[in-house]
Amino acid sequence: MANVSTLNATGAAIDAVRTEIAAGPRGKKPKKVLSRRNIMIYGILGLAALYYLLPLYVMVVTSLKGMPEVRLGNIFSPPMEITFEPWVKAWAEACTGLNCDGLSRGFWNSVRILVPSVIVSIAVASVSGYALANWRFKGSELFFSVLIIGAFIPYQVMIYPLVIILREIGIYGSLTGLVIVHTIFGMPILTLLFRNYFAGLPEELFKAARIDGAGFWQIYGRIMLPMSLPIFVVAIIIQVTGIWNDFLFGVVFTRPDTYPMTVQLNNIVNSVQGVKEYNVNMAATLLTGAVPLIVYFVSGRLFVRGIAAGAVKG
Amino acid sequence: MTDLSNSVSIRDLSLHFGAVTVLQNLDLDIKDGEFLVLLGSSGCGKSTLLNCIAGLLEPTDGQIFIKDKNVTWEEPKDRGIGMVFQSYALYPQMTVEKNLSFGLKVAGMPKDEIAKRIARAAGILQIEPLLQRKPAALSGGQRQRVAIGRALVRDVDVFLFDEPLSNLDAKLRSELRVEIKRLHQSLKNTMIYVTHDQIEALTLADRIAIMKSGVIQQLDDPITIYNRPRNKFVAGFIGSPSMNFLNGELAEEGGKKVFRTNGVSISLAGYEATEALTPGRKVVLGLRPEHIKVDGDVTTEQAHEAIVDIEEPMGADNLIWLKLAGHTISVRIGGARRYKVGAKVRLGFDMTMASLFDAETEERI
Repeated sequence: MANVSTLNATGAAIDAVRTEIAAGPRGKKPKKVLSRRNIMIYGILGLAALYYLLPLYVMVVTSLKGMPEVRLGNIFSPPMEITFEPWVKAWAEACTGLNCDGLSRGFWNSVRILVPSVIVSIAVASVSGYALANWRFKGSELFFSVLIIGAFIPYQVMIYPLVIILREIGIYGSLTGLVIVHTIFGMPILTLLFRNYFAGLPEELFKAARIDGAGFWQIYGRIMLPMSLPIFVVAIIIQVTGIWNDFLFGVVFTRPDTYPMTVQLNNIVNSVQGVKEYNVNMAATLLTGAVPLIVYFVSGRLFVRGIAAGAVKG
Repeated sequence: MTDLSNSVSIRDLSLHFGAVTVLQNLDLDIKDGEFLVLLGSSGCGKSTLLNCIAGLLEPTDGQIFIKDKNVTWEEPKDRGIGMVFQSYALYPQMTVEKNLSFGLKVAGMPKDEIAKRIARAAGILQIEPLLQRKPAALSGGQRQRVAIGRALVRDVDVFLFDEPLSNLDAKLRSELRVEIKRLHQSLKNTMIYVTHDQIEALTLADRIAIMKSGVIQQLDDPITIYNRPRNKFVAGFIGSPSMNFLNGELAEEGGKKVFRTNGVSISLAGYEATEALTPGRKVVLGLRPEHIKVDGDVTTEQAHEAIVDIEEPMGADNLIWLKLAGHTISVRIGGARRYKVGAKVRLGFDMTMASLFDAETEERI
């Protein structure tokens, strides 16, 4: 009996110690929401966001106003009467030179330039990046260095020779010519991107596939390609936005009826005849910028997911 | 030209990367059904040698024969080899079944034959419940089993293992080690196994090739390697805790050969020398911690007195570090026997198990 009571006493003592522990700070340290640090961080972020969003706001608002309202000059005030007239006009009626069918012509030209350029450049660059990473051949390092140097040469230097080359081949002024130019200029950065990505994949996977008897294309198509979705998304983002936003090559290598959207936008906005239709210009600019914007929104998410999936080691 | 019973033969193999020599004039014959372990520290060329055998690296010079066929210029798939990698190298986007069947599909094998082989390999390795899973959903041990299965389905003559257990934790490693040994006993294939883990080497191998700087130092069965190391490098590399090395010289006292160091003479009676033990020759005496007897266990005529410096109890055994004539010697004794630091102990050296090396060439004498 005496033993039992001692045990109980010890139990009580332990309980006492427990309550004593509970009195002090315990677990996670509480964080203040309105700390100086948080105010600084969110304040600066908010200001930066405002700085970048304000012009966009002005553009959207102006594009939804009629010309009389624009002339009032209150660029920050929301439209009193919302009208989509400027958008319709920008897309289908605005005049550039002799054509009066709006930006739609430029849009479809741009699409016809964009799709083959993106597909061809990524296809070629991914295969050459894979070859450079996994099938080292004599001089492959030199080849790679030359390619990288290519990325640093200013475009302007190459424009005149390219014009002559395309003229001699007989495709100057056609969309094919511009597609070829875009493909070539996308090559250095894309090859670098793909080479580094493939070099980062475990070399043993490649060796295992070789022992399994797979050849160059089988390893590329069945082992490497399914593992490299994230880098393809990155490449697509780079190429789509880059080619869509391109102005220089578009204006040099095409003719008025094959002008891409950016060139046409410039021609609409900078036209010197008649009244400056700010609302139409804003709508046209937003229309032209919509494609890269959509690409960022759609693939941005995929892009993050791709990176996250790659981070979880298989 | 090559012996008929040889499964893999390597003749005069050299490999240079620019100015760096990785392998040098290497000759190696591996018998049919033999389990050969290539053992060495990192950078000794053991994995490179394995990659050459697999055909993943082109040697600068030399020849490789597999099943008496010169495969030096053959593609990996045509060499009749299967390989298991340290990082498993499973195709992450494919299920286990697809991983196993990939090589067979590439080879254009009929579907029912593929299914038959996968069923057999899965049975042997007990991975049937995993066949529809992706590698990411497998544990390390399961992944390595699948990787072995991928070599198994190819029905090859020679298995190559490139440190297959190094990525696993200690418990799994010892489990899979036993499984690999069992696999070898039932399949009776030739296996070449690269590792830096001496326990794996000693437990698995029929023969061990210890490599250093691209040269095979010794090629023997594990017991010979352990007890009769050919040079000081091998002696120091194999065994944990490692062998004690005492620098000294040979001498003669009363007509008997002795090893003399810092004024202490140790009788060499019982040592099987391969060369004449000329007095005055500078040598290194190698003694494994478990071949030194303490106090009551001393059976040799001669006993030396030493002082306990540090004691390291390791459960099953107890490692004590002793001071003897300016040297520190480790001795392995039973786990139940404990010594206090500073205690005096009597030591007896078992010369039948000792090794003597020339101080300059470091070769066994």
